[in-house]
This record gives sequence, structure tokens and C-alpha cells, in this order.
Amino acid sequence: MMKADDCLRVLARHVTDQDIIVPVYTSAFDWIAIRPHPLNYLAHGAMGLASSHALGLALGRPDRRVIVIDGDGSLLMNLGSLVSIAEAAPRNLIHFVCENGTYEANGGHPIPNRGHVDFPGFAQSAGYRSTHAFSDLRVFEQQVGAVLAEAGPVFASLKVTPSGPQTRDYSLLHGPAVRAATRAALLAT
Amino acid sequence: MHARVGANDGSAAVQAGGLRGSSIIREILASNIEFVVSVPDITTSEGLLRPLAQAGSPKLIRICKEDEGVGICAGLAHCNKRALLLIQQTGMLDSINAIRGVAVEYALPICMMVGLLEKEPDLRPRESKRYGVRIVEPILDAMGIAYHEIEDDADVSKIRPAIDDAYAASRPVVLLIGRRPTAS
Repeated sequence: MMKADDCLRVLARHVTDQDIIVPVYTSAFDWIAIRPHPLNYLAHGAMGLASSHALGLALGRPDRRVIVIDGDGSLLMNLGSLVSIAEAAPRNLIHFVCENGTYEANGGHPIPNRGHVDFPGFAQSAGYRSTHAFSDLRVFEQQVGAVLAEAGPVFASLKVTPSGPQTRDYSLLHGPAVRAATRAALLAT
Repeated sequence: MHARVGANDGSAAVQAGGLRGSSIIREILASNIEFVVSVPDITTSEGLLRPLAQAGSPKLIRICKEDEGVGICAGLAHCNKRALLLIQQTGMLDSINAIRGVAVEYALPICMMVGLLEKEPDLRPRESKRYGVRIVEPILDAMGIAYHEIEDDADVSKIRPAIDDAYAASRPVVLLIGRRPTAS
């Protein structure tokens, strides 16, 4: 298992200023502390829709790499998006899922059938071009660059433990100023 | 603000005319829609979805569930790409939370074309005997979402201004398809 923020720090070293990042809930709070940037697309509502927003972004900006940092609970609410993404097959979409086995932002309750759900298996069966699973930080550090260089849609699960206590100010994710900054950055570049 | 922009007048019966899919598609194209995002709907299946799928442009994105489409259209809107979410009212009702959060509260131009399953062609939606049809417009009223009734060819002229307005004002709009468009 990897500590979530350690894992995201490794990922951040491989992200460029051109990339659009779509992080979800707990990962989003870690991510914006690690890598604040106007191309962090943070306002995607709820109920697991981040991967669908990311598909729209990937189709709308084929010149940019779109990286989703999903949650396992979130993806379970929108599993069909794996199939929709696979059919649309955007080459510029990379879909990470932080597997912590819980609905961490809603009290830390376990996801259904925790420990027995094969998320890379879902993605592979749905038709993603390639899938990966990481639970060791050193291995992730060695391979993340190659994963990001693959043609999408690419899926990678990250087995993580919580980063620690968070102050969750949701206006940092959903607030009008944040949304306006993201939209302006997307339209300006 | 009341959102029922350009809907039919208050008469109980709607005009008994035809509705051609080609007329609707012409307006979709004139609205610069680049992507149609869809879950199949029996009202619009033959007259709209099938010819759109065959045409190849706008690009058709097939999805599993309607709330996905709200997210996809939002992502596209952020890239200045116009999209139309072509669904059934059952799927729209299933996606109310996504529409509430993403379309309304984020003020995004999510344009929905919604087939009204089993609506009687001679009745306006809110006068339908079908509960699932009758509740649609009151729900949209409660959410403050603009909508337009598309019942016959005379109504298709509402489509382009509705979509243009949605993008100009950055707000959602719903185009309610009240009868099965013909395939030609």
C-alpha cells in the first residue's frame, strides 16, 4: 500500500503545465495542496461523474492529456463510464483510481465488497487499451512515466492509505472563482 | 426567474401536424452542435438517433446512463464545444442530481433533447394522462430550467435560438420532443 499523498507527489512530478487534471474529493484536496494549477478541473458535481467530465474534456481537447484521479467509491457510482470511455477511445485520457476501500469523504465507510473488487479487471473488460495496478511506491515511481506516455484510454489503480487529516473546504473545489479560473485557463490555452 | 421560454401557448390541444426528423437535424446542425451524446429513446430512435448515427457528423457518443452525458457535455462546454444530450424523460428524471449540480448550480450550457415516452400526440405534456410525462414541466419549472415543446415542424424553429441562448447565457435548456419524428 502507498500513502495517498506520497503517491500523488510522484504523479505530480510527471505532470506538465499542459495537462488537465481531474481529481476527485479526498484526492482533490491532496492534489491541490501538492500541485495548485488553473488546469486542475475540480468542479464535477458528485456521484462519480469525474470520469465523464474527463471524457468530455478529452474529446474537446484532443491536443491535451487529461488525467483523472478518481476514487473507488466514485467509480462504483459510474461504472458505465468505463464502457463509454472505452468506446469513445480517447488516446489522451489516463484514468487513475485511488483504491482506499472506503467512501472516505463521507465518513470512511467501506465500499461494498471491499477487498474483492477488481477495478483494473473492470477497465480491461470494458475495453480500455491498457490497465495497471500499483501498490508499491517504488514501482509506481519507476513506471508512472511510461504509463503516462501510453496511448489511452489507460487505467491504473493505486492502492492507497489515507494521507492523514484534511481540512475540507469544498469552496476550493466547487466555488465560482475556482470554476471561472479553470474555464478561463481552458479557453485561453 | 420563470424559465418557460418560448413554450406553446395555453391551449389544451396541440396542433396536429407532422414532425420530421430531418427538420430537427437541420436545426441541430445549424446550431453548430459538434457532439450528440445519447442513450437511446424510443420516441426519437428512428427519426433522430438512427439518422444521426449514420451521418457521422455531429459525432455520436454512445453512453450507458444519462448522468454520464451531463458530465461529458460539461467537459465539452469547458472546451468551447457544443453538444446535445439526446435522451428520454425517464433518463432525465434519473439524472436530476447531475442536472441540478452541474447544469444549474455550475451554470453550464447543458442542452438536452428529451423524448417524452408515451406522451399522447394531441395533448400538451402537462395535460398527459401519463404521470411520468405530466410531471416533467413542473419539475423543470421548480429547477428554473428553460424548456420548449417540440410537437410539429412549426416548432423546430425554436431549437436554434434555444441552443444559442443556452450558450450565450451559460445555462441549461431542455427541448421536449412530444411525438415520434418521422425518419425523413
